[in-house]
Amino acid sequence: MNKLLSTPSMDSPDPEIQAFFKGRHRQATLWQVIFNLSTLVGIIVLVILLVTILNRTMGFTAVENEIAPQSLSDRPMDELEINEMAAIIRGQLTRNRMRTIERAGPLEEQGRGKVYEILIEEVVQPKVVQSYTLIDSLTKRGQISAEIAEKFPQATMEFRFWLNARFLQNAMASEPTLAGVRSALLGSFFLIVITISVAFPIGIGAAIYLEEYAVAKNWINRIIQTNIDNLAGVPSIVYGILGLAVFVRILVPFTSGAMFGVEGGSGRTILSAGLTMALLILPILIINAQEAIRAVPNSLRQASYGLGATRWQTIWNHVLPYALPGILTGTILAVSRAIGETAPLIVVGASTFITSDPSGPFSSFSALPIQIFNWTTRPDDTFRNIAAAAIVVLLVSLLTLNAVAIILRNRFTKRI
Amino acid sequence: MTKSNNHYAIEAHNLNIFYGNFQAVKNVDLEIERNKITAIIGPSGCGKSTVIRAFNRMNDFILTARVEGEILFHEKNIYASDIDAVQIRRMIGMVFQKPNPFPKSIYENVAWGARVNGFRGNTDELVEQTLRAAALWDEVKDNLKRNALELSGGQQQRLCIARALAVKPEIILMDEPCSALDPIATLKIEDLMRELSQEYTIIIVTHNMQQAARVSDNTAFFTMDEDRAGIMVEYGLTSHIFTKPHDQRTEDYITGRFG
Amino acid sequence: MKETILQPKAIKVSQRVTPNLQKRIRLGETFITALLFFCGAVSILTTLGIVFVLGNEAWLFFGGPDVDLREFFFTTTWQPVIGNFGVLPLVLSTLITSFIAMCVALPLGLSMAVYLSEYASTKTRSILKPILEILAGIPTVVYGYFALTFMTPVLRGIFGDGTVSIYNMASAGLVLGIMILPLVSSMSEDALSSVPSSLREAAYGVGANRLETAVQVVVPAALSGIIAAFIIGVSRAVGETMIVAIAAGSGPKFTFNPFESAETMTGYIARISGGDLSYDTPDYNSIFAIGLLLFLITLTLNITSRVISRRFREVYE
Repeated sequence: MNKLLSTPSMDSPDPEIQAFFKGRHRQATLWQVIFNLSTLVGIIVLVILLVTILNRTMGFTAVENEIAPQSLSDRPMDELEINEMAAIIRGQLTRNRMRTIERAGPLEEQGRGKVYEILIEEVVQPKVVQSYTLIDSLTKRGQISAEIAEKFPQATMEFRFWLNARFLQNAMASEPTLAGVRSALLGSFFLIVITISVAFPIGIGAAIYLEEYAVAKNWINRIIQTNIDNLAGVPSIVYGILGLAVFVRILVPFTSGAMFGVEGGSGRTILSAGLTMALLILPILIINAQEAIRAVPNSLRQASYGLGATRWQTIWNHVLPYALPGILTGTILAVSRAIGETAPLIVVGASTFITSDPSGPFSSFSALPIQIFNWTTRPDDTFRNIAAAAIVVLLVSLLTLNAVAIILRNRFTKRI
Repeated sequence: MTKSNNHYAIEAHNLNIFYGNFQAVKNVDLEIERNKITAIIGPSGCGKSTVIRAFNRMNDFILTARVEGEILFHEKNIYASDIDAVQIRRMIGMVFQKPNPFPKSIYENVAWGARVNGFRGNTDELVEQTLRAAALWDEVKDNLKRNALELSGGQQQRLCIARALAVKPEIILMDEPCSALDPIATLKIEDLMRELSQEYTIIIVTHNMQQAARVSDNTAFFTMDEDRAGIMVEYGLTSHIFTKPHDQRTEDYITGRFG
Repeated sequence: MKETILQPKAIKVSQRVTPNLQKRIRLGETFITALLFFCGAVSILTTLGIVFVLGNEAWLFFGGPDVDLREFFFTTTWQPVIGNFGVLPLVLSTLITSFIAMCVALPLGLSMAVYLSEYASTKTRSILKPILEILAGIPTVVYGYFALTFMTPVLRGIFGDGTVSIYNMASAGLVLGIMILPLVSSMSEDALSSVPSSLREAAYGVGANRLETAVQVVVPAALSGIIAAFIIGVSRAVGETMIVAIAAGSGPKFTFNPFESAETMTGYIARISGGDLSYDTPDYNSIFAIGLLLFLITLTLNITSRVISRRFREVYE
């Protein structure tokens, strides 16, 4: 009798059938393990990513001073009195430089912290000639100090936190120790303000139109909807190209401010970039808002219409308030996407070296991701450290923003 | 246009309603008496809700719905192209099957409809008046700012009635208003209906035959024909319909032989 | 048959006055409707803008004296300085990096999706899904940094400094795969979840175990949804800029060796537009030509994916 004609049972004494079940069981367990492990990959990657970045944000550095502090005074720099520091500074810097520094007032009145800063930055002028990662710093301390002694005899070994308060306050500079993200942060901030001011009203308007007015499934409404879905998948760099041609070039009188009397500008302004980013996030904003509006129960609308309210009265008084938490969450998510976008900004012409803060929508600008890109691609290795620091700033901002979104959503849904 | 009789609050003549190609309601002629409660009864699926929604043009919101025939209100066909549907809905109010108060305060629920329709008088008075008329005032007068969703089902439905009253309609349509409520709440609303009918005309769709018998002055019995379109079989005084119906189908339904 | 109605009650005075039911013009409503329509139309303007702008400048590019269409599509050197405009090196490196990315994202993503939808408990899901969302939210420039400072040294460590150059397509491709992993995983999981449980129950009912049900019943049922997810993943990978701009290299090179540096289409656009740019030079116009090509490729992929997933949904709804 063919053993397998009747359905084999696990209790069957036949060794062949037993083997079959064992093999099947083994296979199932094996694949279950594989599936389990694959999910670990996500966690592992995230951890490695964070470690890689944090690894670079602090560590030992070999610092060479332009002028050795010992030659200026016997005591350590930070123990000097303010007039002693001022005297040293006056002795070392050119008259022109002194004039610039003292434009706000004589050194002695500028506060000890500021004078110390000037002393270090302009007189001592420390330069990092070699930096080491955190992991190396913790594990290979001896090797590092030996290497520094050998290769950079002039240098001192210091532990440095690349992400510090000064980093956030300083403007861009060509020396990694002095460079900061202030102008990039301000640039990103202004950029986002313009982006939201344009994208939010238009996006909500379009969503309301599609969900409440364009209910007829005619061809034009379907085209608008399909179009929006397609636009959501267009690569961000293409938006950059669009922005370059339209905002930077064609609309240059508007975006450079020439129309408003601003002189000497180019089209590569915060305004152009903001408009480009607005176009970029518009499709996602619309799609999210549409979902939020769709979630409003129809009974609410019916109740309103039944009282003799018009369509807009119903939307403004009932539909929008109900959909608002969802819309806000969607907007914040779109904004977090915009904050991290780099490619369109490169194409539209973000500057990589801005020393002054942006003064308005018509100034040229930088942005945090651009700064990260620039520092990452510098041949000098030390810049990777401040790139890592800037990345931490970026990620923390994004985290905060998303946390706010989640809190907002929870608070609003509780109220209803 | 058919000559209308002024002692009817609203009349339907030759009413046919389609959803796309499917005919949901066929050849309905129905004259609703002023200041009376008219019940529309019948098994499910025979177009009762569709008919009542035609009276205040709520079917307009369904894309595939198409209405043929006419519904006369103040001697005008409300489906004429020069008629303002928004005004119609103000004058012909509706209470829905599942209570649907706005997620706002009790006060706002009542006041909003009036305000949006141009009411400029004393809102506090209006709110109190309508809540009294809806037999809800005593239960909520201590805290009108409370969210309407915190009320019980029966209270919410009375709030919806008050809300409808606040815009001063002539007719109140009720689409199975008690089917989501418990028996005690149901009785309260039935009492309310009887009081309201002194000033308003009420049309109620109900599944509950006994309710129709308890509460209405006139009753229309609907059923489905072979093409599953809703037709009106019989219409008359409630007392006659329930004791001596003319049509066999009516009698079968009343005695529970089907439906 | 109707009965005659008895005498009606006296009509109240207020009801004898005929109300104005005439249709009226509500200016506010009309204005708002127009405004909202305009908002909806902005999206159409955007698409028209993209098509027109890219098309126009690309036209100028191809119309220029140095550029020939056949040369563009079929030659393998891109050296504008000496007049060579073959786009194949850029396209090839885009394809290679995307291919490597999909080799990472597809097996891992599908596997994660199967786990999440067929095996995972609610607790595991509540940990894993946020992690995937976090990964999805990390800006691409950070991934680029990661590729350069972690992936490249690792590859060089494994395969040797000589084989792997500092900028190479493999690093970029692998990290690109990690970046699109959450996308592929979540779309596949959606596809698997929308397979009705009755199918699973039928399989369990005849004695299949979880693996067999998942792999032999659910996955095949969700196949078009999974394919749609895969295609979207490719589209994302093709359109991605920062990872390749940082880690893959600059300067077009026609090579099949993933350990060499080569510039992709997106990397090229970023490099050229980030540098000194004078309007209307062949370099400037080439941005638009390549941009147009990129746009068309991703559009085709997106539309294909949507058509496939719609057909899939129709089967189950």
